[in-house]
Amino acid sequence: MAAKERIIGGHRGIHDQFPRKGGAAITATHYCPGCGHGILHKLIGEATADLDIQDRCVIMNPVGCSVFAYYYLDCGHVQVAHGRAPAVATGISRAEDDAIAISYQGDGDLASIGLNETIQAANRGEKLAVFFINNSVYGMTGGQMAPTTLIGEVTATTPRGRDPRDTGYPIHMCELLDTLKAPVYIERVSLSDIDHIRKARKAVRNALQIQKEKKGYTFVEFLSPCPTILRLDANGVEKFLNEQMEKEFPLKQFRDKSNEADPIVRRPSDFTKASLDRIFGIASDSAPGASPDLTFKAKNVKIAGFGGQGVLSMGLALAQAAFSTGRYVSWYPDYGPEQRGGTSNCTVVISGEPIGSPVTSEPNILVAFNRPSLEKFAPEIRGGGIILYDTMAGDYQAPDGVRIVPIPALKIAQGKGAQQAINTAMFGALSELGDLGISRESFEKALAQSFAKKPKLVPLNLEIFKLGSEAARKEVGAKLKVAVVAR
Amino acid sequence: MPAQLIAGNSAVIIGAMYAGCDCFFGYPITPASEILHEASKYFPMVGRKFVQAESEEAAINMVYGAASTGHRVLTASSGPGMSLKQEGITYIAGAELPCVIVDINRAGPGLGNIGPEQSDYNQVVKGGGNGCYNNLVLAPNSVQEMCDLTMKAFDLAFKYRNPVVILADGVLGHMVEALKFPDEAYTPSIDTTWAVCGNHETRPNLVTSIELDFSKMEKHNFKLQDKYQKIRENEVQFETYMIGDAEIVLVSFGISSRIAKSVVDAARKEGLKVGLFRPITLFPFPSKELKALADTGCKFISIEMNNGMMREDIRLATGCANVDLVCRYGGRLIELEDIMKKIKEVA
Repeated sequence: MAAKERIIGGHRGIHDQFPRKGGAAITATHYCPGCGHGILHKLIGEATADLDIQDRCVIMNPVGCSVFAYYYLDCGHVQVAHGRAPAVATGISRAEDDAIAISYQGDGDLASIGLNETIQAANRGEKLAVFFINNSVYGMTGGQMAPTTLIGEVTATTPRGRDPRDTGYPIHMCELLDTLKAPVYIERVSLSDIDHIRKARKAVRNALQIQKEKKGYTFVEFLSPCPTILRLDANGVEKFLNEQMEKEFPLKQFRDKSNEADPIVRRPSDFTKASLDRIFGIASDSAPGASPDLTFKAKNVKIAGFGGQGVLSMGLALAQAAFSTGRYVSWYPDYGPEQRGGTSNCTVVISGEPIGSPVTSEPNILVAFNRPSLEKFAPEIRGGGIILYDTMAGDYQAPDGVRIVPIPALKIAQGKGAQQAINTAMFGALSELGDLGISRESFEKALAQSFAKKPKLVPLNLEIFKLGSEAARKEVGAKLKVAVVAR
Repeated sequence: MPAQLIAGNSAVIIGAMYAGCDCFFGYPITPASEILHEASKYFPMVGRKFVQAESEEAAINMVYGAASTGHRVLTASSGPGMSLKQEGITYIAGAELPCVIVDINRAGPGLGNIGPEQSDYNQVVKGGGNGCYNNLVLAPNSVQEMCDLTMKAFDLAFKYRNPVVILADGVLGHMVEALKFPDEAYTPSIDTTWAVCGNHETRPNLVTSIELDFSKMEKHNFKLQDKYQKIRENEVQFETYMIGDAEIVLVSFGISSRIAKSVVDAARKEGLKVGLFRPITLFPFPSKELKALADTGCKFISIEMNNGMMREDIRLATGCANVDLVCRYGGRLIELEDIMKKIKEVA
């Protein structure tokens, strides 16, 4: 009869009635008689009340019988996916520095599907109290083998008893976590009888005291009775815990570093615009942006070479130079099967109006740092286009109507003792071709900007830039001369 | 408004931070990793919270946790990672939590490769996890929109208490364009009517998606469906280009729509009456607007880097059985010439 039901011995930290559960028996739990969950709920409820932390506590309600812990415990609750409680708790703890995250999990949830989350949260030393209920079986789903099922134990999925040759051995979570550096407190207790429950009560309080002080990760494992699934009576299940489970899972305080642990305090978030503008450097490094100029004919520039030759950064510098001139620009690094360690290329589009596709199959200008790039992309250059390539690539017959300009870029860079500045020499040569509508000053400024983090390198690179542009001027001049003589 | 050259993945973080995003949880995956890198760099500079999670599942569940506290939360991933996140996303949708998830779509199926594709359309737009739910889905097509739509995504996520997915791709993530920085920075406040923050005010609150009572669970589903209907009625966003007299309308989103726009220009030069319809929201899908276009008698070609996933939605919206498709897979972008060829076939 519902009217006669009452909770024995008071109910600090636990709701007076359980309306979230509903049904007629408003003060009865949904747990089976003799289940360990009821005992542990009471220990946790009392501890949160006595430590005055009910407001701060948020409990992860896991998949399993204890998914409805929120019916009973009087604090904040989040119901979580199977095994993910430590990850969800991490999110809560990081977002709300004062919150006390409690992850209440069974053996299947914690040690099987959620083992990774368990270990990783422990290893990060999250501010998190994990209460681990080990009853050696899956309860809610009907008594299947758990990672903590004893050898020889009969379950729904080990009908002939657990055979380690097929299923391995029981996992010892405390021992496993005790190999990690970050956890502050690890203890295994039992809920088998009054003496054991007293010790369990102390462990719950130790863990929550550490949480109250924000000192980090605590893990308490409870050997817990599941008489329904184990098909045992009160005496039988007590004996099972004390004589069989305890033998496999010895009760022990594995560590308590609460005295030496410092509180983990995270600073509050700063949402001001001034701070954001500062970290993104937009006050010191701003441009007016692009403006339409329909008289400017769009240019597509393909830059290609070996990885490490600065192909991508040269493309970015070119985009920056054009952008500072008020052009619309896009830069796109092409994917290829040879993404790592092979050739690398990028496309820069410079336009007087908003850009459609940032990727083009018909570049106007090709800058090739090596022979493979030259051979791969030169056939794509349209008539009237320009190919700029390193002389090291050897002679190359340009497609009809395409201007081809060899530049000793590598030699120039090596001459200055900076082989890696081959892209700077090429950048200088590109500036000289003059077809892009970008002033030399803009080129130089973009170059300097690309070395913003290594300002010491700017003078050397400006020198190499100049040599590159001179080489291009000479080469173009020579070609023109040849053309005049031939005529 | 100052502007800088910025990569799409960086623009996501800029948008998120100016939108008041407080927490980032993520796991490395190409081509989305730069979002993770940028978050790790910038979030801690202003006391915002960053965790590199142990897995995609852990990342989305950290999002679930932080979202439960009412804070603005972001994660980012790509196809294979999005598949792993589906469990968390259905929990977030079921528990009605706000969050923003960025998908920098790569080529699949399986591990595929790191080139761009738009093949996550179905898993993002149609749900993807268990149960009847919808994400709001925004599809940017420029670096500017990677920032702006991320900001908008947070507003929508909180307006409807629903996950919002930014569906982009490898090109949008890696390309660099001019970005005009946001004019304002948003300072978020916590809605204590539902959030669980670990304080006195929110102690009675509960975040959950479990309901054993069939009738109550059905009622919750009705409520969700009402919400999605409201979203369909109020949040459709799209862009059109030269559709006034168009006889052929290209329908395309994301990076493909940029190529499609270039095709419209090229086709118009040849005297072909071609226009572009670009859905910006994929859920809600601009069905009414496409139906109105269909009623003018125009033909549709869907331009997308997948096997015609959006084409199904165009067919449903317009009632047209033969909507043509130009598509590429495997990381290959759609070529201008292929679209032109199809236009001439259809014309």
